[in-house]
Amino acid sequence: MDQARLHLMLCGGTGCHASGSKSFHEALDAELKNQGLEKEVRVIETGCNGFCALGPVMLVQPEGIFYQQLKADDAAELVESHFLKGRPVQRLMYRDPVSKKTMAHMDEIPFFAHQMIWAMRNKGLIDPESIDEYIARDGYFGMAKALTEMSSEDIIGEIKASGLRGRGGAGFPTGVKWGFAAQAKSDVKYVLCNADEGDPGAFMDRSILEADPHAVLEGMIIAAKAINATQGYIYCRTEYPLAIQRLSLAIEKARDYGLLGEDILGSGFGFDVDIYQGAGAFVCGEETALMRSIEGRRGMPRPRPPFPANKGLWDKPTVLNNVETLANVGQIMLNGGQWYASVGTESSKGTKVFAISGDINNIGLVEVPMGISLRKMIYDIGGGIPNKRKFKAVQLGGPSGGCIPEKYLDTPVDYEEIAKVGAIMGSGGVIVMDEKTCMVDMARFFMDFIQEESCGKCTPCREGTRRILEILEKISEGRGEPGDIETLEELSEVIKSSSLCGLGQTAPNPVLSTLNYFRDEYYAHVYEKRCPAKRCVALLKFTVDPDKCKKCGLCFKACPTGAVQWEKKQPASIDKEKCIQCMACYDACRFDAIE
Amino acid sequence: MAATDKLQHPDVTPEMIREIDDIIESQKNAPGAVIPVLRMSQDVVGYLPVEVIDYISAGLNIPSSDVYGVATFYSLFSLTPKGRHRIRACLGTACYVKGIKEVMGRISKEFDLEVGGTTEDRRFSLEAVRCLGACGLAPVVVVDQDTYGGISADQVSGILEKYE
Repeated sequence: MDQARLHLMLCGGTGCHASGSKSFHEALDAELKNQGLEKEVRVIETGCNGFCALGPVMLVQPEGIFYQQLKADDAAELVESHFLKGRPVQRLMYRDPVSKKTMAHMDEIPFFAHQMIWAMRNKGLIDPESIDEYIARDGYFGMAKALTEMSSEDIIGEIKASGLRGRGGAGFPTGVKWGFAAQAKSDVKYVLCNADEGDPGAFMDRSILEADPHAVLEGMIIAAKAINATQGYIYCRTEYPLAIQRLSLAIEKARDYGLLGEDILGSGFGFDVDIYQGAGAFVCGEETALMRSIEGRRGMPRPRPPFPANKGLWDKPTVLNNVETLANVGQIMLNGGQWYASVGTESSKGTKVFAISGDINNIGLVEVPMGISLRKMIYDIGGGIPNKRKFKAVQLGGPSGGCIPEKYLDTPVDYEEIAKVGAIMGSGGVIVMDEKTCMVDMARFFMDFIQEESCGKCTPCREGTRRILEILEKISEGRGEPGDIETLEELSEVIKSSSLCGLGQTAPNPVLSTLNYFRDEYYAHVYEKRCPAKRCVALLKFTVDPDKCKKCGLCFKACPTGAVQWEKKQPASIDKEKCIQCMACYDACRFDAIE
Repeated sequence: MAATDKLQHPDVTPEMIREIDDIIESQKNAPGAVIPVLRMSQDVVGYLPVEVIDYISAGLNIPSSDVYGVATFYSLFSLTPKGRHRIRACLGTACYVKGIKEVMGRISKEFDLEVGGTTEDRRFSLEAVRCLGACGLAPVVVVDQDTYGGISADQVSGILEKYE
């Protein structure tokens, strides 16, 4: 192989693809050829880098210089100035939204500086379509050790020692789960990977699958050896075509290399993996529902026991682990359980990947040690709230999670501590909301999701969530009545205690947590017919406050129907007849002059 | 396959039937084949007319009530025709916080198109999907294979204009 002077690690994740990394890639290739640099400078398309909002992003190695928001037109300047003359291009570098400083190197950017990258250790460093590059980064070494030197008990012992808990949400200890399945007696056993990431606002599984598919396969093979399984399935969302494509390629390559199939590494142990594409049902993230779905039926959960460790897929003992959980397993085999357990809190070990999004400056995926505070995550890594607005709440754990107000921002992120303040770890979605978010509207949003995704098997979940949604809709449309808030609470408690699976049992959490911390907003909606965050259209008057209006005309430009009347140096006014209540003027106004 | 099973539907060409036959044949013996067969057949026809569902159930030798049950359970499957262009608006939390509701409202208004519906001229169909996993680009709308991130309601007509 030719030695290249520079390696350009260009992000090829879904986010960067969408913001134009392919056209930039073509332009870059053409320009490198133009300048005769194609042998000296190599472009490598990596998986998701995590800093999606600034995509397409590219890291220049070995210098460690980080470029962002690249466009095809930038290619010529980059090649000429940086790769030919050695003068990096300032204007394409990261500019810190807080300090306004330009930062050249990836490791000085706060978004990356505070992270601890274990599960995503290969993101942006290797070509996800090359098995050799994965192996060069210690890939499959943990598996080799597990297969050739360790017994089933040894493997389970290391996983138990590591303290690894399921990263899919509930946080069940992985080693214990494997132990149950290992003890089950059966001729056939299965290892499943849950890649049906359905939580809105969480995309770490997609990122890992796109950036490092072999890490997931390696984890599955180790799990298979631990419980003595011969067949595995990866249940992956159809919405993730790139992940499916890279996984298929990874499986094919691993088979070529003899790392999947019969008699792996001459150990006498055989295991193979197939991909099963989901068909879009949130409830299929629940383990018994997922197994039904692979069997080709409606994905409905069933009561447990019997647990899947004894009776799972096709009624055979089955272990189901999440993508992120499995991505940790290879390194734990290689470095030992103690190594993994040296980071984290008493009950939650290692690292966790979070997807930070919403009203926050640095949107993206971050991997941090367990126990870090929410404040650090939102302000130090996330760069705080944009547009000088105030923080209102952070929503953790997806639709079955909860909203946490400012006073609990110092809570350490750990399964138990997060639960104490009324949210859950879940799969790791962190959605930051500023003062313009209406909490009643948020609760309505999550309930809409849940009632649509409820499989309908049990009544409290199917009917109860629908009733909650109706009440919330009523409230946000200004038709709330005394007693509604109390009914919401009562319904929530019943659904929680009487539903069959995790979906129903956690469904009312968004309502309960917002009622708990933002009860005054519910009161304002019901009793004063007012939406304090000015988000609920039915409760807005759409009038201009002439005292606050700075006569700038932004609302006039934004209005699609000509309802806003404005002339230079005159305050605006709104014609109610023409107004379609689209919120365009409201969003455009920087001075809160529209009510 | 018995002659009575012959599939007849205005939207299904003989070529499509051959493709569906191949799909059924290749998956017939795989356990849990219903979902993959429905998915691949939908890719061929564009949606799943009831006649296609019956045809698949006969081909796989599974009661059509079971196949129908699966087809109506998963959001991927559509029993009604789709438009020439598929607009998928992400209803994930990040997109919601960043204003996808306003964007969808504008699409509905300008094209007289409800979520889950298709325009009369079959130009567009609008779907709400749950999180495309591209939260960094919120709010996100995907038209056919093109992803548009960070869009506002005002940009909607400009974007959709291109799709005839």
